Amino acid sequence: MITLNVNGKDHQLDIDPDMPLLYALRNHLQLNGAKYGCGLGQCGACTVMVGDKPVFSCLLPAEAASGKAVRTVEGLGSAEKPGTLQKAFIEQQAAQCGYCIAGMIMRAQALIEEVANPSDEQIREHMAPNLCRCGTHLRIFSAIKAVIASGVKP
Amino acid sequence: MSRSQETVDQSRRAFLINGALVVGFAMVPGAGRAFADTEVDTLGTQVLAPDLPGSLRTNPFLDAWIRIDEKDGITVYTGKVELGTGVRTALLQVAAERLDVAPQAIRFLTADTALTPNEGYTAGSHTMFDSGTALFNAAAQVRQLLLESAARQWAQPVEALSTRDAVVHGRDGRSMTYVQAVAGVQLHRYASKDSPPKPADSFTLIGHSLPRLDIPAKVSGGASYVQDMRLPGMLHARVIRPPRRGSRLLDIDQAAIEQMSGVIKLVRDGSYLAVVAEDEWQAIKAMRKGYELARWSDGDPIPDSRDIHQLLTELPARRYPITNKGTPDAPAPHGWKSRVTKQYLMHGSIGPSCSVAWFKEGLLTVWTHTQGVYPLRAGIAEMLGLPMAQVRCIHVEGSGCYGHNGADDAAADAALIAMAMPGKPVRLQWMREQENLWEPYSSAMRVELDVGLDDSGRLQRWNTELWTTPHNERIVNAGRLMPAWLLARPFAPAPSVPIAQPEGDGDRNVVPLYDVASSRINMTFVTQMPFRTSAMRSLGAHINVFAIESAMDQLAVQAGVDPVQFRLQNLSDPRARAVIEKVAKAFNWPQKAAGPGSGIGFAFARYKNIMGYCAIAVQLHVQRQTGDVIIDRVVTAVDVGQIVTPDGLRNQVEGGIVQSASWTLYEQVDYDAGGVRSYDWSGYPIIRFPALPKQVEVHLIDQPGQAFLGAAEIVQGPMAAALGNAMSEALGKRLQALPLARKGWQQRI
Repeated sequence: MITLNVNGKDHQLDIDPDMPLLYALRNHLQLNGAKYGCGLGQCGACTVMVGDKPVFSCLLPAEAASGKAVRTVEGLGSAEKPGTLQKAFIEQQAAQCGYCIAGMIMRAQALIEEVANPSDEQIREHMAPNLCRCGTHLRIFSAIKAVIASGVKP
Repeated sequence: MSRSQETVDQSRRAFLINGALVVGFAMVPGAGRAFADTEVDTLGTQVLAPDLPGSLRTNPFLDAWIRIDEKDGITVYTGKVELGTGVRTALLQVAAERLDVAPQAIRFLTADTALTPNEGYTAGSHTMFDSGTALFNAAAQVRQLLLESAARQWAQPVEALSTRDAVVHGRDGRSMTYVQAVAGVQLHRYASKDSPPKPADSFTLIGHSLPRLDIPAKVSGGASYVQDMRLPGMLHARVIRPPRRGSRLLDIDQAAIEQMSGVIKLVRDGSYLAVVAEDEWQAIKAMRKGYELARWSDGDPIPDSRDIHQLLTELPARRYPITNKGTPDAPAPHGWKSRVTKQYLMHGSIGPSCSVAWFKEGLLTVWTHTQGVYPLRAGIAEMLGLPMAQVRCIHVEGSGCYGHNGADDAAADAALIAMAMPGKPVRLQWMREQENLWEPYSSAMRVELDVGLDDSGRLQRWNTELWTTPHNERIVNAGRLMPAWLLARPFAPAPSVPIAQPEGDGDRNVVPLYDVASSRINMTFVTQMPFRTSAMRSLGAHINVFAIESAMDQLAVQAGVDPVQFRLQNLSDPRARAVIEKVAKAFNWPQKAAGPGSGIGFAFARYKNIMGYCAIAVQLHVQRQTGDVIIDRVVTAVDVGQIVTPDGLRNQVEGGIVQSASWTLYEQVDYDAGGVRSYDWSGYPIIRFPALPKQVEVHLIDQPGQAFLGAAEIVQGPMAAALGNAMSEALGKRLQALPLARKGWQQRI
């Protein structure tokens, strides 16, 4: 039995001790945001935040996240009440298929929380671990820039 | 492998069977044009009404598209699916515009074999042309029938009536809702050839950017994808694949797997293996155990990637003449010869393919991110020996596919596994390495040009030979579903047949749109190939446009004319000229490259020579030490006919620029005799944020009242070609082997 704190709430989970956090979130907490993409930490579709860092939830054993604050895209807002970054992604229409988007938002969230005024170069480097195949990068970049420019801390 | 070739007459090519290749098109009366839509009416659909516009040709009944009743209000159906390009929203805009209702008032359903029309595949930038045109007309005709019904009931002239927000208004303040008006109207009737006109300048939805319906859920963790489905009591499955095609299962310790925690069953049928478990992670662990324990025979040989372009000329093939006109052998005073090559590419969906299937009370339901629910249903029914009526395929979005990826095969997997677990819903997802090793690739190709120029700077002849494997291994039988190869009673794929011109297959866009009197173009279509290949965005157009536009730049040099000017002096199509002139102006052409290592490049194509126009200019610089290619600026102009949603179009064009840059600069499937090495993203690198173009400008040329031409694939070829031309200026040397800038490339040139 492990305890996971996800989006501010504690959950007791009876799961295999080697289960990666991704499967605990998706199948045992019914959270859709984090996606399976590669299982190897190469694409970022599974990105969530643990503490103040973006992590690949497909690699991190759920047990290792126990006792830490796990945040997923569901914790930032909802379709009806989107959070700051989510709203910027909607305004920029920054999605095509959207499979990568929850991971993109969580990685961007970590940057905005950590760096006061990141440069374009810093944004590109920070976002490099996350892949998008539709080529929506330019809009994702614009959405992140819009939030930074607004000065609103999400 | 031996050489065996036969020359095939054009009339025997794919999908001409219906004898209705070229059809009249009229979106609004008077705006007719000739079109071929072989990708659609041939893949499981049948032309019933050749005179009707768009997909009304294959689904002529109005109530196949629109139903109105008390229970559900207004329901609009499309046989197309959302692949991430935004068509769900764009199609809804078209229907709402012509019904004269708010988009929110419509219940809009996409492909489902139990409910929607059969529109074959959602592919080839065809959706707006096929389904958009059908809805554009069907919705206007239904609205007209409602007006006439109200006019009859009120004994008022139709001209005195108007509609607003699903209500018909008449004289004396009378009104009735559409639901009331539909009483006494038979919508189960053939559509008419002509629809009530509406001037394009009075559109309130078409031509306006409606925010996409799907994005709010996608940015907030809503259940948006088949991967997110959870059904009561759902089990999880994983497949265990052979090491390569042709490998047969020798043995596996079934008991060792079935005794693992949570594992319910090892499904085994010949060389087909899958594990079913209560929990997904348990299924993955059992799958890994399966890979460890299964022993396989060697399988088919795989060539070395360095030899593939020679091999393409030696494998069994059929030769297709594409063009033969004028005097292609007459000597020309100036000319250019080239050989351009392309390696196998992957679709590279970020989410590996997934499907949920449930066999319950004799009915198999398959939720799938396929591009074509109807052809898939037929394939699955044949594979399982079930009557078609006992299989239902419902589209649910998946990760973007960009063509024929693992979607259909994963659906077949889910179906096979669900049949072994009657009564239980089963979710199956492929692992990353399974997607990379088993998805159908985009064909490796070889294109040879021999082009001549006269003394006045006009094209004199255009000769091309191209070699390709298939680009259209869609599901026309059970054997086109890869899992069916592995069964104890295996199915063989139907013979490969290329998509006919003018759409083309490997020969898509091989015919230049430029004015040239003499030309001979042949395609060698390789039918026996080391890898399964099928449709990926733009098919052969990616390399063919690259080859054509490289040659145009070389010929411009010989003619001593600026490359943009050279294109214009050999091109009479006014819409083509307009996109070229637009880009030249916006880019401030002619412009000198910034200095050593910098280059600018220009390119143009009209997709398939019958669809959207795209011109593009690229400025880049190359860091010779590191090999980094930095794209400083991209300027493009597109004309896709009547624009439905400007922002959606922009999104597609921007995406095409980035995706094509990735294909053209970096991508190739790595393999050698030992097998495919590109089983993950480190073995198949694609573009990442740091390599993005620094600046992208998209100019849209609207054509109110003209046909919808589709957008998603128009940029792929021109972007590749403009990159090639810019690289060539930057290096002072023309690169002709794609990809252009794969790791270490600068040491190889």
